[in-house]
Amino acid sequence: MRKKKRGGFLNEIIEKQDLSENIVKLVISSPTVAKKRKAGQFVVLMVDERGERIPLTIVDSDPEKGTITLILQVAGKTTALLAALKPGDRIEHLLGPLGNPTEIENFGQVVCVGGGVGVGVAYPIVKALKNAGNRVVTIIGARTKAMLILEEELRQVSDKLIVATDDGSYGVHGFVSAVLQDLIDRGERIDRVYAIGPVPMMRVICNVTKPKAVPTIVSLNAIMVDATGMCGACRVSVGGKTRFTCVDGPEFDGHDVDFDLLTKRLRMYDDQEKRSLEKYRCECHGN
Amino acid sequence: METKTERVKIPRQHMTEQDPKVRITNFDEVPLGYSAEEAVLEAKRCIQCKKPGCIAGCPVEVDIPGFIKMIAEGDFIGAAKKLKETNSLPAVCGRVCPQEDQCEKVCVLGRKGEPVAIGRLERFAADFERQAGQIFVPEVAPPNGRRIAVVGAGPAGLTIAGDLIKLGYGVTIFEALHKAGGVLVYGIPEFRLPKRIVEAEVDYLRKLGVRIETDAIIGRYKTVDELLEEGYDAVFLGVGAGAPVFMNIPGENLSGIYSANEYLTRSNLMKAYRFPEYDTPIARGRNVAVIGGGNVAMDSVRTALRLGADNAYIIYRRTEVEMPARKEEVHHAQEEGVQFMLLTNPVEYIGDEKGWVRQMRVQKMSLGEPDASGRRSPVPIEGSEYLIDVDTVVVAVGTMANPIIPSTTPGLEMNRRGYIVAREDGGTSRKGIYAGGDIVTGSATVILAMGAGKASARAIHEYLSGGK
Repeated sequence: MRKKKRGGFLNEIIEKQDLSENIVKLVISSPTVAKKRKAGQFVVLMVDERGERIPLTIVDSDPEKGTITLILQVAGKTTALLAALKPGDRIEHLLGPLGNPTEIENFGQVVCVGGGVGVGVAYPIVKALKNAGNRVVTIIGARTKAMLILEEELRQVSDKLIVATDDGSYGVHGFVSAVLQDLIDRGERIDRVYAIGPVPMMRVICNVTKPKAVPTIVSLNAIMVDATGMCGACRVSVGGKTRFTCVDGPEFDGHDVDFDLLTKRLRMYDDQEKRSLEKYRCECHGN
Repeated sequence: METKTERVKIPRQHMTEQDPKVRITNFDEVPLGYSAEEAVLEAKRCIQCKKPGCIAGCPVEVDIPGFIKMIAEGDFIGAAKKLKETNSLPAVCGRVCPQEDQCEKVCVLGRKGEPVAIGRLERFAADFERQAGQIFVPEVAPPNGRRIAVVGAGPAGLTIAGDLIKLGYGVTIFEALHKAGGVLVYGIPEFRLPKRIVEAEVDYLRKLGVRIETDAIIGRYKTVDELLEEGYDAVFLGVGAGAPVFMNIPGENLSGIYSANEYLTRSNLMKAYRFPEYDTPIARGRNVAVIGGGNVAMDSVRTALRLGADNAYIIYRRTEVEMPARKEEVHHAQEEGVQFMLLTNPVEYIGDEKGWVRQMRVQKMSLGEPDASGRRSPVPIEGSEYLIDVDTVVVAVGTMANPIIPSTTPGLEMNRRGYIVAREDGGTSRKGIYAGGDIVTGSATVILAMGAGKASARAIHEYLSGGK
């Protein structure tokens, strides 16, 4: 029997909130991880004994209450299962904190760009950079206003927050990359850029910062299994060298990342993932 | 009982196996084990040497003539008890130990004929006990108030845990994965080592009082120093080698190319062979090439066959003679239809527009002078390259040290390849920190890791009781 800890049983869902149509926030009891984790680190979880192991970045933690916060977007069966959990339910396995923490220093003025569910991953980095004395400009984007997450939370920890939506329903009409391009074109001093979001977004951001060689850090979301450096499923090519996202990353110099390879490797199980999700949806509706 | 002369005339008892044609369609265990009659007959072959070489040939010093005598007398439960006096994992060892290089190699019967089938008898006794549901839990010494942290629930860690708990220590094992067993659960396939057997052996340790904390990655979750600060009197590091080696040839990151660690972990630990009943996917290739000639390569290629491959190849740069795999495993693979492409080495992988591997360019090799390992080293033959169609590749050319513990434990001495430097008894450069198994020796066998666990158990006991 798992010990009852402050805040709940180990791996118990303490709080659940729908942030948008298919983006969910989970607050989970995990006292040691809550105490140990640093910005940029992630956990690997298995919803049940038959589940797969998936990595999710730790968005926030409360060491006092012994909880961590995860934000996820429903994309396949595992994320659908997670989104169906209710407070009081328990996740079978949760391992962490994993990966290297974000390198945090006072760089000067930094720009953090988050897209889609990646805004959740950006949050702890923005917070840590701000605490380290940086002036932080945060740019967040979503397809449409209803899909935008953590706006208020990020406003509180950023010196400036710019919102962009692809359809113009809120904030700047356009992509986050265009907002960044605009800052660069206006000659704004930028000492470092962090880009976290869908692979195409990170790739474009890197293209935007490359001409002026603004150091750009990306956080990669490769497929993982054990996530302890044992299997190499998450290998990426950085500066022509093979690196493991789980133990060498998850953050890398974006200008050196082979995004083509990452995109292709992320699609490796598209067919199976579709099949798995369809089967799950059928079974759900069948009940 | 028969006379000694009669007994040595008994032929070595054959162990029934699943038919190769049938077994490549399932993941069930291949060898089916001895019946009681077969076991008794085989046990009678043992002449009970006065100075048994077999015990010295066993890294965990099992009283081999002792347990075999009990089988010969029909006391199967007694035999299992005898085994467990020194070996916490007999059902595992009976299956995966390379007995032909250890206890059976030095059996006197082997000088003129075939040695006693020690491994099969060990398996029989352990299986009999488990199936009878009479798992014997020996008495453990009263708690001595000392606590030991064991990092890694693989063969080394499980062994030291079993030995120290019996001496009265409080033992907690920290395991990074969600299941205990290490390579026994993620690496060795079901058809060679059914997972319920590992579970039963782990359960036995729990019954002895060992605490096992899974999902606990030491170095990240807690550091080794934090364990010592928490009051553990000693820490044993049995974390395995656990990082895959790739060959760094063009195209190696194409989709469909796995490390053996990944391929086997998906199939064994995550049960991807039962997808979509289990959620973890795995590529079910039609033309699967496995690079390497060790046991892990054999496990991978036989897994590929069971996942439905039409062609399953072993690509190995030397010849069958130099293959590090057990003969029995090579033989099993051959029986099942694995195609061996020897003196062959990959030089490049070629993918399609989706980035999935479609072909591999290989090169023929010839054998040159012996290298440091004493094996003749392969030399490429110029102009011998050709293409093979493949859609799944498994790279099984070895492992290296996982950096998580070394990089988070200050003062722990490593060698230049990143393995922990440890004495024979497991002692490291840090007082109170011991290490054993693959993280010290590099990739080796289950039983050698168990032997290291045993040695460290002794050393820790001396350290904590003798004040050394």
